Amino acid sequence: MGGVTSAAHPVKRGNEASRAAERVARESYGRLVAFLAARTRDVAGAEDALAEAFAAALKSWPADGVPANPDAWLLTVARRRQADAARRRQTRQAGEEHLKMMADEMEEAAGSAGDIPDRRLALMFACAHPAIEKGMRTPLILQAILGLTAQDIAAAFLIPPATMGQRLVRAKSRLKDAGIPFAIPDSDQLTERLDAVLDAIYAAYTKGWAELGEPGAPQLAEEAIWLGRLIVSLLPAEPEAKGMLALMLYAEARRAARRGPDGAYVPLDEQDRDLWDETLMDAAEALLRQANAGGPSGRFQIEAAIQSAHVARLKTGANTWPAILALYDHLLALTQSPVVALNRAAAQGEIEGPIPALAAISPLEGDKRMAGYQPYWALKGHLLRRAGNTAEAHEALTIAMGLSTDAAVRRYLQDQLKSLPSN
Amino acid sequence: MRYMMLIHNDDEAYATAPQEVYAEWAAFNEALNKADAVPGLRLKEASAATTVRSRNGKTDVLDGPYIEAREQLAGYFIIDVPSLDEAIAWAQRCPSVKYGSIEIRPIVDPHS
Repeated sequence: MGGVTSAAHPVKRGNEASRAAERVARESYGRLVAFLAARTRDVAGAEDALAEAFAAALKSWPADGVPANPDAWLLTVARRRQADAARRRQTRQAGEEHLKMMADEMEEAAGSAGDIPDRRLALMFACAHPAIEKGMRTPLILQAILGLTAQDIAAAFLIPPATMGQRLVRAKSRLKDAGIPFAIPDSDQLTERLDAVLDAIYAAYTKGWAELGEPGAPQLAEEAIWLGRLIVSLLPAEPEAKGMLALMLYAEARRAARRGPDGAYVPLDEQDRDLWDETLMDAAEALLRQANAGGPSGRFQIEAAIQSAHVARLKTGANTWPAILALYDHLLALTQSPVVALNRAAAQGEIEGPIPALAAISPLEGDKRMAGYQPYWALKGHLLRRAGNTAEAHEALTIAMGLSTDAAVRRYLQDQLKSLPSN
Repeated sequence: MRYMMLIHNDDEAYATAPQEVYAEWAAFNEALNKADAVPGLRLKEASAATTVRSRNGKTDVLDGPYIEAREQLAGYFIIDVPSLDEAIAWAQRCPSVKYGSIEIRPIVDPHS
């Protein structure tokens, strides 16, 4: 797993100026890919046209400074490279018309440089279209909007780079060939389709989150938050977008507190709250308030509200468990997800004790998906331990430990096992 | 898809593994068992291997493993999961992944 980060983010470890340059390059890149692909529906073609220019920008801007008009800079370099490529390929008839169309688009864009229409939202809706395989929506968005390479994405998704490359190529052909619209859906469809976009962005965040603490882990979390801010700015009236960004910021605010000085896993209730990032926490609270004022509740808004209730509980000592349980009830009715049922049972355990909570998760026993689902065994073990059922607690915690991929969590569970009374 | 998960250990690195690795193995085997995996087998160190090959009627018996390499086959387990992604997750959980590598090999289905 090591050695991924340095290749993934050459400028990330540099100073603030180079990070800013990378951000501007990314902002321009995504906007230009979206603009070029909007009419042709050819994301791969747009990326090809801009790839070298983007790479050149990532290399020279951190050193030379960001140009006054970044879009125009990228377009100029891209046009020059494309003209070279066209000359080289002159003998080949196929694709020439397409190349010309792309060049015309660039011409048009350059004419209005500085004021290129922002079609990134439409591109995101295309990438997260129901006709695109669910697992490929996040990688597509990461590549088309942020310019991440197949290799970087593969590292985060734990897939061989060549496989990820092939899947991305296939997904882009599908975008082009299946007639997937590059458009913002009508209002009657917007909610459902927006859910898919938000899911895709949030999936990028949870990848970054799970990798936390592992040296060399790609920092997808930061990219996901950037995308979250983008979608909130593009759809300011949608409460769910704000809810999702808030949810990511609540988790991000606690990042430093999630591991002890020796790298050990620290559960929420034992975290050092001085390590929480108050700026991010306040931003999350503000977003959640705006989302709540904006309208009906969706999945992300409820999950953000649950996080807010945890924060209130830990900061003020107020007993917000009943509110948390009520929010989980709401969420369970909305999603019917076994994962939510699990979290709901954990909250129930805090209010009613371990026995009713164990009864609540007993229907999941036969669910085949749970056999390999670490959080199920961790919760079950935790509840059994509290219930004084040592033998079964030992079994469940052992399985949870065996299913952990994170060494810190494994160690934590081993300590829990050791602390079980022996009989 | 059924996958055979071939564990290749760096015996030298494995020899320095902390005591916890045994608890990790116990936990991992328990989890495998729960997931209805085919229980695996653990092999003795590669230094105990003997390799035999026959060419043109002449048989060679060699002292040592098939290929001299830092990482040597140390055992295996078999899992039945929906896709490669889950197989990769199991490889990540395997305690030996830190002391070598896990090779994931799809098993040929004789009926397909």
